[in-house]
Amino acid sequence: MRSITIKKDLFFLTLVFGGIAALSFALTRVEKITLPKPSKATKVALADVAVVANSIDTAFAEDWVTGDLIPADQVDNLLVARRISLGIAGTIPSLAEIREFESQPEADQIDWWLARLLEDRRTSNYLAERLTRALVGVEDGPFLIFRRRRFVSWLSDQLHLNRPYDELVSEILTEEGLWTDTPAVNFYTRTITQGEESNKPDPVLLAGRTSRAFLGMRIDCLQCHDDFLDTVELGEADDLRSGTQRDFHSLAAFFSDVESSLLGIRDIEEHIPYEYQLLDEDEASVVVPAVPFNSELDGKESNQRMRLANWVTHEKNRPFARATVNRIWAIMFGRGLVNPIDEIPLGGPFPKVLEILTSDFVSHGYDIHRLIRVIGTTQAMRLNSAADFSITQSHEDAVAVFPMLRLRPEQVAGAIGQSTSLTTINSGSHITTRLMKFGQQNEFVNRFGDPGEDEFSDRGETVTQRLLLLNGEMVGERLENVLNAPSHLASLSPDIDTTVDVIYLTTLTRHPNEDERNQAVNWISKQSRDQRSEEVIDLYWSLLNSAEFRWSH
Amino acid sequence: MLNPTNLLQKQQNHFHRRSLLKMAGLSGFSWLTPLATRLARNAEADRREKAKSLIVLWLEGAPSQLETFDPHEGTEIAGGSKARKTNVKDIKLGDGLQQVAEQMDHISLIRSVTSKEGDHERAVYNVKTGFRPDPTLVHPSIGSVICHQLNHEHDRQIDIPRHISILPSNMPGRGGYLGDQFDAFKVFDPVQPIPDVSARVEAKRQLSRLEKLKFADRQFLKNRSNNLIVGDSLGNSNLDAAIRMMSSDQLKAFNVSQVSESERSQFGDTPFGRSCLAALRLIETGVRCVEVTLTGWDSHVNNHEIQAERISILDPAYASLIKELKKRDLLDSTMVVCGGEFGRTPWINPLGGRDHWPHGFSIALAGGGIQGGRVVGETDPNPTRGAAPKASIKQPRPIEDVHATVFSSMGINFQNELDTPIGRPMKICEGKPVKVLLDN
Repeated sequence: MRSITIKKDLFFLTLVFGGIAALSFALTRVEKITLPKPSKATKVALADVAVVANSIDTAFAEDWVTGDLIPADQVDNLLVARRISLGIAGTIPSLAEIREFESQPEADQIDWWLARLLEDRRTSNYLAERLTRALVGVEDGPFLIFRRRRFVSWLSDQLHLNRPYDELVSEILTEEGLWTDTPAVNFYTRTITQGEESNKPDPVLLAGRTSRAFLGMRIDCLQCHDDFLDTVELGEADDLRSGTQRDFHSLAAFFSDVESSLLGIRDIEEHIPYEYQLLDEDEASVVVPAVPFNSELDGKESNQRMRLANWVTHEKNRPFARATVNRIWAIMFGRGLVNPIDEIPLGGPFPKVLEILTSDFVSHGYDIHRLIRVIGTTQAMRLNSAADFSITQSHEDAVAVFPMLRLRPEQVAGAIGQSTSLTTINSGSHITTRLMKFGQQNEFVNRFGDPGEDEFSDRGETVTQRLLLLNGEMVGERLENVLNAPSHLASLSPDIDTTVDVIYLTTLTRHPNEDERNQAVNWISKQSRDQRSEEVIDLYWSLLNSAEFRWSH
Repeated sequence: MLNPTNLLQKQQNHFHRRSLLKMAGLSGFSWLTPLATRLARNAEADRREKAKSLIVLWLEGAPSQLETFDPHEGTEIAGGSKARKTNVKDIKLGDGLQQVAEQMDHISLIRSVTSKEGDHERAVYNVKTGFRPDPTLVHPSIGSVICHQLNHEHDRQIDIPRHISILPSNMPGRGGYLGDQFDAFKVFDPVQPIPDVSARVEAKRQLSRLEKLKFADRQFLKNRSNNLIVGDSLGNSNLDAAIRMMSSDQLKAFNVSQVSESERSQFGDTPFGRSCLAALRLIETGVRCVEVTLTGWDSHVNNHEIQAERISILDPAYASLIKELKKRDLLDSTMVVCGGEFGRTPWINPLGGRDHWPHGFSIALAGGGIQGGRVVGETDPNPTRGAAPKASIKQPRPIEDVHATVFSSMGINFQNELDTPIGRPMKICEGKPVKVLLDN
């Protein structure tokens, strides 16, 4: 018994001292982050990225002139790095990463950061979660036959490998098999209503989902009636018309042959026609599959899902590429180039930048990493969110300022976790660190309130959210636990200046200004040595609760 | 393991209202001084009509109508379940609802509620919002709609959230398209501390933290005061409200540990019983909507045992809640709705269980203008196996009719359309009120 106690004590002491040693190391040394050396081809590609980014800058500049708008000035590289990592990795840079970032030549810093993030699993995991919301939603869905986590982790692997997005979507639309072995089929099993006799994926839900997620068009209202508000444009480019109920069900008809059995999702060999009673008809009749626009791209293959997938991802079917570009832009900026992000009108008008990015995305093989690099390199990413003139909706619509948005719950949780650690919390972290992060983050998001699928509209801040940051378990634990950075910072730092600098860098990803530095140094130095760690924790607390921390800006 | 959190929890007990108020004043955040608030509230209390409120006793997992509100003793489908007489002639309840039977004159039943959702997750959404799940829009739950629609002077004097979910399960009431500010505030067993309302450090240190926060925000907010898009939402009104809540006497309503043993025991010494007592106290304080969840009703196996055990928890809590609301003169202004996401199959499966049955189940309503002792609809005591389910009920009422009844009793014009983020105006409710339960 006694020996067990001693072992436990030893384990605990090892954890504490090991942790302190690691902190001390992290505080004083730059952790060398090595990225693969860029090949000649990569260098050429990067130069090409810059060319596209430049053409986007020019297009925005023209819009500002047309709209008689003055753009905001530019922010420094560290804030750009913060924006990019919140956008694509759902967290903020660690102290180690900031040190390394600052050691890069200034002109290369953003490219270096994009390269770093794109090869890190934080990014693929986070992007997969964001895209999964559009593909299968946020709820748990049908018991056993829907495995959302498997779907996310499969998608994360694909994004990490940077699989061409058209291929990936084609696989989602056509895959067969079990929800466990071939996770892509969860796109289908999510729509099964258990308890109903048919046990079939629901063609109506699938049609709505396909249209929103892959074509950037919300045509759900057509499920019940023709478009009488002239809000849904369908038909051919030279002959646009209002959408009809038949359009919706013709899209749903592509899914009539999919069934779910013990073998998983597959196509029934014997074709089952899709029947529906349209509003102006007396009885149900067969509705044959038909694409809602760009019908010249329809290859009329015999397998219905294959036919739909080939049409959706056809290189001339621009709505698919546009929808993807608009979504990735929204993930990085908090709002799309067209909003709501899944209501892109078929016939335009389209923002020039959306068209530049769409063409580039198609001509470079639906390369998501390249798309992120281009967006991350634009001047728009560097625009200030504050200005010395009144910022209006026109400024935001024309991307003449960087939009201000509340961070999403998992971004707040990710940022709190990272800011109280000096090392990077990623797939290289110790398993206990990652598990703790996972547990705390889930609990936090649950209490904060998940925005659900409708994730790009501002839902307002709640008192509960403020209480959670003021007094909640996660902030408390991250600040007070002796294993985390804030408790030791005062005693490990060579001087108070460094302490203050580290607090600002880890929480707000910037150095304090002169006022802030003086004030903080004053607060800390007034305390006796043994009280300083409390003061440090309090300063951390105030910054984690500040608007600058809680908002993307 | 050494954890400073334990030490901090002890410190929290020394955190007095007085010091919080002092802190509030010193920190320079702007809110009405506590004295002014109190005076305003007292002045208001004299004049105002009693506010309408709602308590939902949410039986998640789906109770069996045959063992609760719609027994058919002696028939094949009863499977041996007994019924008991109530204080209203001709209305019988499941045998286990002994105490509720004594309150039957205050309670009315709809025994023919129908929905089209037989899956738990979808049905919970359907019953809580009155709408079927829609892939493009999240509808607000009934409590959120009430808080959105009823926002009077009285509501602005409440320091604590007006929409509360006690013992929340997977899907506590959400604001949906009305916004997160209408989400239910989630709390747990009301003898436990309320989550996140106590500062983690003693008052003096908290004050110093708030000063630091104010300093941190000053420049950032000043530089953005000319942002007309985010406008006021960037400000600290929610921080003010959070601090006001932290120091409010109204928080006491959440905690029943100080309530006399006799009062507590009549509700049953269970988390659900204590939560019903807390719901009563919250309504007394001025909260609009409280949802109290009792899970564990999903009896696919051993139906009778599972239902009986749950009913033994529900019975004293539900009955005492009605009794106490009446005693405190709050029953006329507070509606109590009791039910789950669907009912259970009339026939018992080979494992002795009952499966999901959205085709005719019961919801009980009391108070808030509901005339007690009435029954709407009925289910067939001897239904034919394999026949269409709708053949076995009379006067079917879709679930949205229950919503319409609640809204109508609260004076909410539920035909009104609200704006939604997708640009499509949406009626508050598409049901029709069950008038016979409301008419004198």
